[in-house]
Amino acid sequence: MKPILRNILVYGAFIGVVAAYGLLQKSTYYLQLATFVGLNTLLAVGLNMLMGYAGQISLGHAAFYGLGAYVSGMLTVHLGWSPWLTLPCALLAAGAVAFVVGLPTLRLTGYYLAMGTLGFGMIVNILFREFRRFTGGPSGLPGLPELTIGSINLSHGANALFLVWGCVIAAFFICERIVNSRMGRALRAIHYSERAAAAVGVDTASAKLAVFVFAAVLAALAGFLYAHMITFISPGSFNFLASVKLVAMVVIGGMASIWGSLLGASLLTLLPDFLHIFSEYEMIVYGLILMLVMIFFPEGLFRNLVKLYERAKKR
Amino acid sequence: MPEFYQYLFSGLTNGAIYAIIALGFSMLFAATDLINFAHGEFVMLGALILVTLWPVMGLPLPLAFVLAVLATGILGIVFERLAIRTVKKPEPIVLVIITVGAGIFLRGVAMIIWGKTAKGAPPFSSMPPIELAGAYLLAQSVWILGIVLATVLAMHFFYKKTLTGKAMSACAINKRAASLLGIATQMMTLLAFAVSAALGGMAGVIIAPITMNEYEMGAILGLKGFCAAMLGGLGNSWGAVVGGFALGIAEAMAVGYVSSSMKDAVAFLLLLLILYVRPTGILGGKAVTRF
Amino acid sequence: MSAPKKDEAARPLLALSGISKSFGGVRAAADVSFAVERGSITGLIGPNGAGKTTLFNIITGVYSKDCGSILFDGKDLGKSPVHERVSLGIARTFQNVELFSGMSVLENVLVGRHVRTRNGFFGAVAQLPRHRAEERHAHEHALKMLDFVGLAHVAKKPAGDLPFGWQRLVEIARALASDPALLLLDEPAAGLNAIETRQLGGLLGQIRQRGITLLLVEHDMSLTMEVCDCIAVLDQGRKIAFGTPRQIQADKAVIAAYLGQEEF
Repeated sequence: MKPILRNILVYGAFIGVVAAYGLLQKSTYYLQLATFVGLNTLLAVGLNMLMGYAGQISLGHAAFYGLGAYVSGMLTVHLGWSPWLTLPCALLAAGAVAFVVGLPTLRLTGYYLAMGTLGFGMIVNILFREFRRFTGGPSGLPGLPELTIGSINLSHGANALFLVWGCVIAAFFICERIVNSRMGRALRAIHYSERAAAAVGVDTASAKLAVFVFAAVLAALAGFLYAHMITFISPGSFNFLASVKLVAMVVIGGMASIWGSLLGASLLTLLPDFLHIFSEYEMIVYGLILMLVMIFFPEGLFRNLVKLYERAKKR
Repeated sequence: MPEFYQYLFSGLTNGAIYAIIALGFSMLFAATDLINFAHGEFVMLGALILVTLWPVMGLPLPLAFVLAVLATGILGIVFERLAIRTVKKPEPIVLVIITVGAGIFLRGVAMIIWGKTAKGAPPFSSMPPIELAGAYLLAQSVWILGIVLATVLAMHFFYKKTLTGKAMSACAINKRAASLLGIATQMMTLLAFAVSAALGGMAGVIIAPITMNEYEMGAILGLKGFCAAMLGGLGNSWGAVVGGFALGIAEAMAVGYVSSSMKDAVAFLLLLLILYVRPTGILGGKAVTRF
Repeated sequence: MSAPKKDEAARPLLALSGISKSFGGVRAAADVSFAVERGSITGLIGPNGAGKTTLFNIITGVYSKDCGSILFDGKDLGKSPVHERVSLGIARTFQNVELFSGMSVLENVLVGRHVRTRNGFFGAVAQLPRHRAEERHAHEHALKMLDFVGLAHVAKKPAGDLPFGWQRLVEIARALASDPALLLLDEPAAGLNAIETRQLGGLLGQIRQRGITLLLVEHDMSLTMEVCDCIAVLDQGRKIAFGTPRQIQADKAVIAAYLGQEEF
């Protein structure tokens, strides 16, 4: 199938499903849930580029999510800026921090890299908690303005859904293009063998830094959207556990699989919601799922589902 | 000047805790190349089990102590059997998620069993604080320091003088060679998990009297203990001790002389510092080549 | 500044002088000096542990040298990083064949073309005509390289699925994709049978005919003696001989170094 045709079909279907859901779903609760799936997908697909394709692990990705939310939050609450004006600031801030932090950290390899990102994530979270005057401290920053264009409110209901999923679809498109390009090949090469990639001329340090910044900017976008939809942010949403959940979404969904991010994000967003019924047992079930999927489906659910499908086709 | 000693004592006490938690991380990593993100939960379980056995059920302290440590050790064995041995693809990233998931699971279990309210425990001995150089040293701190030092010496003896200990060291250095020499490497892995978990449990037991014990306490302790292990050199037992005390004292001094909001940040700042400057840690650890 | 053509042709492509490198207490390279002439096939041999791969790593920039200098085409390589040396014209293969196993054969060779192409993130997303043109040309060039080594028919297969001998060839095609002036091959004949080795010899000749200078580390003596114009011999980090295959075969020091080795 020619790529253009395939793209039209796939993205057309994607847009169609989102549009249909937004127009037909009447419950604000389920609309918001679907919007959250979108936010997490945005986070997961960026992290997947870093972890799945380039092979670098980050245990502090929630920090960039938080940076996007807090930079925009502080500018709108303390300085009264319009949220749209703060969007480039939030993205730039996250990108700049990712650049500065990435320079020394990405030189590390293996477990050291994981630990470096973990340390960075913890420090950012502590900053959110301690700089009370700016961030509101542990109890959070309330009163963020909603997103509006003229008289249209984009922070509620179907409009929010369309905005977020619009960003997700754009992100998917961009990521697919990157993966199938010279840069994407270079990133994948780094994953398979960093020293061979260098030996054939890939500037591995720059490539890793570039994808790290890219993932951070996507996360900051998600943070911005989250902040102005919930209009309240607190450090607890951007802690180590949040970073772990993001890693889990990528790993469980399937590494190096853009659509796997969708699966992983959906699963791990909808699951806790479903588990709220068992509110006491939420952690137990969540922990069990993480363990069981990783023990038995280490390639990620997406890949395993694909394999099952292919095996079923043969029969 | 007395504040300096106060900070020092506080730093030494916390340092000892970090040291023993770090020791659990380090020796497990040395033996199995695995970083157990659920280690903090073993600390938490040790503390909560002690609280149940001793003040609540009224068992004599030494018995409660031993039972709590044994229980966490056994839990370590169960963990290894169920969650680690069964893994189809033991890649580091997969194992990281598994241990993190295990940590969350254990936290959830603890919440069900012990609820959300924090529990206290009385100190091991009812002596009043000792005055030293114008500062006060809690009796419990003396217990902590003493037990940690005794444990470290016992571990050193174990590794250097006993056959099992030497076998475990051999596995840590080169698993293939060790197994060719007839060492049951799978047994050694199991033992490493048991000992590591027991060390975590012991850490919990000895801090129970001076902390608010509840299901979330393991999270930050585990992370800080890990930072201490990295500081001293991951995989190096003495490094864990050095790292633990270094972190404890640095933390206490930062809180005392700079600001208390810095407390948690110190551990992670030191972690980043050591990673950038000397990833193998102060004393040099086992080379981390995986991933 | 343009040097007259005659001088350029006379200047060696690669000149090592006084290269030394120690790891802890181990002297991997001790005062090694020799030159690789433009258009030649130069061999680098020596008993195991002689320091041959270390030298490769120093030339390509993976290891930093303790002292000495490396002149490539008259210019000092200094501390330039690995990827920069590739764009200067030095390419290499690895002893254990390091392909990007999950990527297709064609994609592997395409990565080899990385330094001669420029599309970045913007180009990937925007896909303007010039970006697509570059991608198209890169694909054509990669296919040509695969054709050269005789593997164009498996372009779409995952590189890890290929038999070992073919993986070797893919690695060579990948190295050639960057249009190198100097190609370093680390034991290209290792793991190949007699027929494959002979084919490799032919391929090396064809590479030389394209104007590429070759430096190869090899243990297969018949291939080395047959194909190389001159050979440098290392033993325990030191260069103990340099000359034509004939001279090397008769050299006493070389014979002594290899004494006890089964095949010579």
